[in-house]
Amino acid sequence: MRHIISILVENEAGALSRIAGLFSARGYNIETLTVAPTEDASMSRMTIVTSGSEDVIEQITKQLNKLIEVVKVIDLSEAEHIERELMLIKVRAGQKEREDMKRMADIFRGRVIDVSDNTYTIELTGDTRKLDAFIQALDQGAIIETVRTGASGIGRGNRVLRV
Amino acid sequence: MDRAKTTTLTGAEIVVRCLQEEGVEYVFGYPGGAVLFIYDELFKQDKVKHVLVRHEQGAVHAADGYSRSSRKVGVALVTSGPGVTNAVTGIATAYMDSIPLVVITGQVPTQAIGLDAFQECDTVGITRPIVKHNFLVKNVADLASTIKKAFHIAATGRPGPVVVDIPKDVTQHACEFHYPDTVHMRSYNPVRKGHAGQIKKAVQLLLDAERPFVYTGGGVVLSDASVELRELVKQLGFPCTNTLMGLGAYPATDRQFLGMLGMHGTYEANMAMQHCDVLLAIGARFDDRVIGNPAHFAQNPRKIVHIDIDPSSISKRVKVDVPIVGNIPDVLEDLLKLLKGSRGKDISAWWKQIDGWRAKDCLRYDRKSPIIKPQFVLEKLYEVTRGEAFVTSDVGQHQMWAAQFYKFNEPRRWINSGGLGTMGFGLPAAMGVQLANRGATVACVTGESSIQMCLQELSTCKQYRLPIKIINLNNKYMGMVRQWQEFFHGNRYSESYMDALPDFVKLAEGYGHRGVLVDKPGDVEPVLREAFAAKNDLVFLDFITDQKENVYPMVPGGKGITEMILYEDL
Ligand SMILES: Cc1ncc(C[n+]2csc(CCOP(=O)(O)OP(=O)(O)O)c2C)c(N)n1
Repeated sequence: MRHIISILVENEAGALSRIAGLFSARGYNIETLTVAPTEDASMSRMTIVTSGSEDVIEQITKQLNKLIEVVKVIDLSEAEHIERELMLIKVRAGQKEREDMKRMADIFRGRVIDVSDNTYTIELTGDTRKLDAFIQALDQGAIIETVRTGASGIGRGNRVLRV
Repeated sequence: MDRAKTTTLTGAEIVVRCLQEEGVEYVFGYPGGAVLFIYDELFKQDKVKHVLVRHEQGAVHAADGYSRSSRKVGVALVTSGPGVTNAVTGIATAYMDSIPLVVITGQVPTQAIGLDAFQECDTVGITRPIVKHNFLVKNVADLASTIKKAFHIAATGRPGPVVVDIPKDVTQHACEFHYPDTVHMRSYNPVRKGHAGQIKKAVQLLLDAERPFVYTGGGVVLSDASVELRELVKQLGFPCTNTLMGLGAYPATDRQFLGMLGMHGTYEANMAMQHCDVLLAIGARFDDRVIGNPAHFAQNPRKIVHIDIDPSSISKRVKVDVPIVGNIPDVLEDLLKLLKGSRGKDISAWWKQIDGWRAKDCLRYDRKSPIIKPQFVLEKLYEVTRGEAFVTSDVGQHQMWAAQFYKFNEPRRWINSGGLGTMGFGLPAAMGVQLANRGATVACVTGESSIQMCLQELSTCKQYRLPIKIINLNNKYMGMVRQWQEFFHGNRYSESYMDALPDFVKLAEGYGHRGVLVDKPGDVEPVLREAFAAKNDLVFLDFITDQKENVYPMVPGGKGITEMILYEDL
C-alpha cells in the first residue's frame, strides 16, 4: 500500500542523510522525497511517499520518531489529505503539433511556460496520478524531458502537523 | 551558584571541563594529531583520569564494560581517521546492546574538512547507522551544550552511544564557558510513565493466565528494574526466563527461574515460551536468536504484553496484544500497585508441566571425561567465585556455556556482546569493569580465537594493574564455527582450526603477567582457587578443553524454538 508520510525535522546539517540512511539501512522504499524549510526556519518539512504492509509502515513511523532530530511524524494517508506534485515537461511542439499540445495542456490545466521554435515546456501540478495520466495521454515520442518534484502533502481541514 | 561568573576557555579546556562537570572518572583513549590539544588539557588536571589502551577498539569496549558494570555513561576519546575507524567496532557493539557511551572523536580542522586531508574521514557519516546520535561541532560556542546533550541523549530513553566529532581548530578556539544544568530538546522527550489503561489490561491478562510466562531482556538490566521484576515474579508465582542480555535480572538460583531461553536456551525455557498462554515480555525484543522463526512461534495462540521504552521494539517481529511504552521500573511499579492483594489463577498444572520439561536436564554433559570439559570449568568458576564475580565474555561456545553455567544472581555482573557478537570484546570490557569496581573479582571467559582479537590490551592491564582472571577455554578451534560446520556443513571444518597458536603462558609472561596451562580435569579447581586468591595479579589460565564439545540445546537458525537439538539426540 502506498503511504504518504509527513515529517517535521530540525533544520540541521545531516538530518536528511539520517532519514535517507534509515530508509536504505532498513530496506524501506522511497518513491519520492521532498524537503524544504517551513515558516519557522529552524524546522524543515519532509514528505516521503513510500509503500509497504501495515507492519512496515508502523515500523517506518516508529523508526522515524526515534531519530533525535525528528520532531513529529504523521502518516497523511491515514485520513483525508491533499497531495500535490509539480511537473515540468518539455515536449516537441513544431508548427504541426502546437495546437494539439496546447489543447492537451489545457485539458489538464497545465500552463505553457516556455516556448521555442520546436518545443513547449509545460508546467503541471496535481496529484501523482494526474501527472502520470498526462504523460500517458501524450504521444510518447513527443516527450523530450520531464522533471517532477515528488509529492507534497497536507491534511484536510483541521488536521495539522505543527509543534 | 556561580552561574553569572563566566570564564573564557579554549575548546580543549571546555571538553575537559565538561567531563569534569559530568563527573567522569575515566576516559578510555588513544592520542593523535587531531586531539592533541584535548590531551594537553587532560595532562594539566587530575580529576578525569585517562586510561591509555593499545587499540581504539579496546578503548570503546573498555568504556562499554565500565558503563555496563557501573550504570554510568562510558567515555572514550580517539583521534580522527584511523582512530575513528578502529573505534567503529566498539561503537557498533555498544549500539546493538543499547549501552550509554559518549565517544569524543578528533576531526581535521574545519577548513580542511572535505578536502581529503591527512587522517580525515567522514566520522559522522561512518558512525551514523551505529549511534543513537552524533554531532559535528563546528563552532566552539556550541561545544559545551553539545557535550551536555550527548550525555543526556546517551543515558536517557533507550540508551546508546553518542559520538561528538570535534575539529582540531575548534579545540583551539576560545569562548565563554557555561555548562548548562538541563537540556531541552523539542524533538527528544523520552516517556517514563506507561499508559494507565494498558497497564490495567495487562493486569487482567496476568490474573487470568493459566500458563503464564515472564520473559525479560537487557532492558530490565539497563533500566535497573531488577528489584521490581523480582517482586512482580514472586508475587505472581510465575515462571521466568532471561535473555542472554538479561541474565542476572532475576536470580538464576531461584526455583521460578527456568534458565536462559533462545538458540542455546534451556529446554524448559524454550518449551514454556512456546506453550504459555500469557507472555509478559519486558525490555526484550523477540530477536532471531531468541524466538527463532516468528511464524513457528505464532503457531501457538497466546496473549502478549510487551513493556519497552522503545516503541519500535514493540510489534517489530512479533505482534503484541498489549503494548506498554515506558520506563520499565515506572511501569512495573504501576503494575505492582494494581496487583496489590490480587492472586492469579492456580497454575500448579503448568508448573507440573514445566517440571516435566526440567527433568530432561538439558545441560547435561559427560562429567567423567578425562579431557577437560568447558562446562566443568565454568561450573567450577562459579563455585570458586561463589557466584559473585563480574564475568565478561567474548563470542562463541565459551560465551554460551558461561551464560548457561554461571548462575548470575545479580544484574550487571554478566557482561557480553549479545547484539553484535563481537569477538575481542571480553578483555577490554573486563578492564572497564575492573576500573569501575576496584577490588571486585573480574573474570574474562574467552576462547583462544577471540582473545587474540584484542590481546594487545594485556599491556594496558599491566600498566593499570588490573587483576583480571582470564579463563581461556582453548579448544584450538573457532568452536562455534566448528559446531555449525559439524551440524550444517557436513563436517567440513573450513578455516575454523587455529594452527600455530601461541604459547599463552609465555605470552602472558611476556606482558608481565602470570600464565598457567591446565590440561587435567583434576587441576581445574585448585588452579582456579589459586588464581583467584592472587588478588593483585592478572592470571591467564589456559584450559586445554575438549575440541569436539558442542553447545546444547541448539535451535538451528530459522527453526522454531522448540525444534532443539539436544545432547541426548546424538
Ligand atoms: C569479530 C568477529 N569475527 C567473526 C565472528 C564469527 N564467530 C563467531 S564465534 C567464532 C569462533 C570463536 O572462537 P573462540 O573464540 O575460540 O571461541 P569458542 O567458540 O571456541 O568457544 C567466530 C569466528 C565474530 N563473532 N566476531
